[in-house]
Amino acid sequence: MTEPLRSRADSLARWIAGVLLLIPIVVPLLVGTYDRNEPEFAGFPFYYWYQLLWIFIGAVLTVIAYRLINRTKRQGRRRDQQR
Amino acid sequence: MSGGIDWVALGVFLFFFALVTVLGFIAARWRAGPNLHSLNEWGLGGRGFGTFIAWFLIGGDLYTAYTFIAVPALLYAGNTMGFFAVPYTILVYPMIFIFLPRLWSVSHRHGYVTTADFVLGRYGSRSLSLAVALTGIVATMPYIALQLIGIQVVLETMGIGGGADASFLERDLPLFVAFAVLAAYTYSSGLRAPALIAFVKDTLIYVVILVAVIYLPLKLGGWGAIFDVAQQTFDGSGTPGTGTVPPESLHWAYASLALGSALALFMYPHSVTGALSTRSRNVLRRNAALLPAYSFLLGLLALLGFVAIAAGISVDNPQLAIPALFEQEFPGWFAGTAFAAIAIGALVPAAIMSIAAANLWTRNVYKAFVKPDMTHADEARQAKLMSLLVKFGALAFVLGLPTEFAINLQLLGGAWILQTFPSIVFPLYTRWFHRGGLFGGWLAGIVYGTWTAWQVNFSAVAEVPFTDTVGYIALTAFVINVAVAVLLTVALRAAKVAEGEDKTVPEDYHADAGDEGVKPLPAAA
Repeated sequence: MTEPLRSRADSLARWIAGVLLLIPIVVPLLVGTYDRNEPEFAGFPFYYWYQLLWIFIGAVLTVIAYRLINRTKRQGRRRDQQR
Repeated sequence: MSGGIDWVALGVFLFFFALVTVLGFIAARWRAGPNLHSLNEWGLGGRGFGTFIAWFLIGGDLYTAYTFIAVPALLYAGNTMGFFAVPYTILVYPMIFIFLPRLWSVSHRHGYVTTADFVLGRYGSRSLSLAVALTGIVATMPYIALQLIGIQVVLETMGIGGGADASFLERDLPLFVAFAVLAAYTYSSGLRAPALIAFVKDTLIYVVILVAVIYLPLKLGGWGAIFDVAQQTFDGSGTPGTGTVPPESLHWAYASLALGSALALFMYPHSVTGALSTRSRNVLRRNAALLPAYSFLLGLLALLGFVAIAAGISVDNPQLAIPALFEQEFPGWFAGTAFAAIAIGALVPAAIMSIAAANLWTRNVYKAFVKPDMTHADEARQAKLMSLLVKFGALAFVLGLPTEFAINLQLLGGAWILQTFPSIVFPLYTRWFHRGGLFGGWLAGIVYGTWTAWQVNFSAVAEVPFTDTVGYIALTAFVINVAVAVLLTVALRAAKVAEGEDKTVPEDYHADAGDEGVKPLPAAA
């Protein structure tokens, strides 16, 4: 098996997936953007609820990246079969 | 704590311990393949775990008993770095989504069981492979020892094991028994034992933490009140540097701890073992999206450190804060469940770690240098014996040396293991680096990391050279490592030093289950 030939749409999808995965890697490292207590949410200082929130954002972005990459792969397989 | 033994708590604890012991032995026959006597079966559970099992196994593997004790202990003690565990787990899953499927593919194509197998196949360098293997083993040993400390803390809180005046037998026998049982079922069932026990572990942990983070704040006046009490305690304590939010001077320390730990996590042999036991690339990717469910749990758990302050828990050793909190705030039966959750939380990773270290020893040290003509059955036999040795080594470590020593070594282990990253992850993408360059970089990183940690008396962070910024030592060492690897690669290539044979081809890095050479497993590596 070889890597399926990639159409422009496929490379775009992979590229977008890469960026989506990079966001939750970079944003939590910017401590200066969230090192404060205000605004509070349900008694939690901003610093704490913001970081907990990013767990969810990171998971959602990973799911989207997973779907993008799998869509690409399924289409690649289909093309291989047609050839 | 209160002195006497709570018999209800102890009874519940023993019930769960007996349950997982039975499971551990039954596991030998669970989803067993036709040939049990090979490392693929014993050491990787037949390489057939799907999304569901892998989620429990990898989650049970990464979130160890020591995590449950140590992370809230940091917050309890007012260490502003303590919450770094949360950004760390946010970073780690997108990272593994990117590179782990490639490692999975090449390992399945060539029958690699360990990362050192891959390094040998990619570079034909026995010394680089040995460096990776030994780093893995040495970094894992103190990690296993810390799991024991996790169990010890729970036993101490329950009043078993006695105080300092108890005899050797009374103090250490319960821990010894717990570990002998663990060693026995790991020996007979291999990776299937922790995989099955992980279901119990994760369920217990989930229930305990969810109850704790809902019930305790209700009892103590809500999260707002808890944060206020914690803040006032740190403000009033007069201890400089304590607080709830890191000051600006420590931003990089916080970020670099998160980044360095995330990069290091999947260099640890036990994480790789968990990842390679999965059935397909997609199982890994799907888990990268599903495992953050544990991260949220970890975040809430960390905050129990503040809850303990609000509940008026006062202990000299911060590591006792969470067990003491459970004992004070919950009825005996629930406290027993919580203690069982922590103790079983130690057994799962300890089993996987000892299996992973045994795999490394067998494949990359013993077979590579002592007895090259081993059969699959020989390998399995050797690894099983080694898993016993590793565990009793860790036990002797904990019983014979001060706790502080194990913690320091584990910290050093983190700095060491990260230095194998360039040798393991870079070659998944490029063969540009020279094997000699990677070896030189590894050595430079290890030497710098060890020396610096020793200089600052085993703090995790130190000043980054040529700056006045404080950063995670392991990550600084990693940067030095990469720089040395690049320079040496250029120099060695100019000098035309042999590159070594590459047994892999580009397609190996994309192969998936069902592709040629992936199933059935290759007969030889």
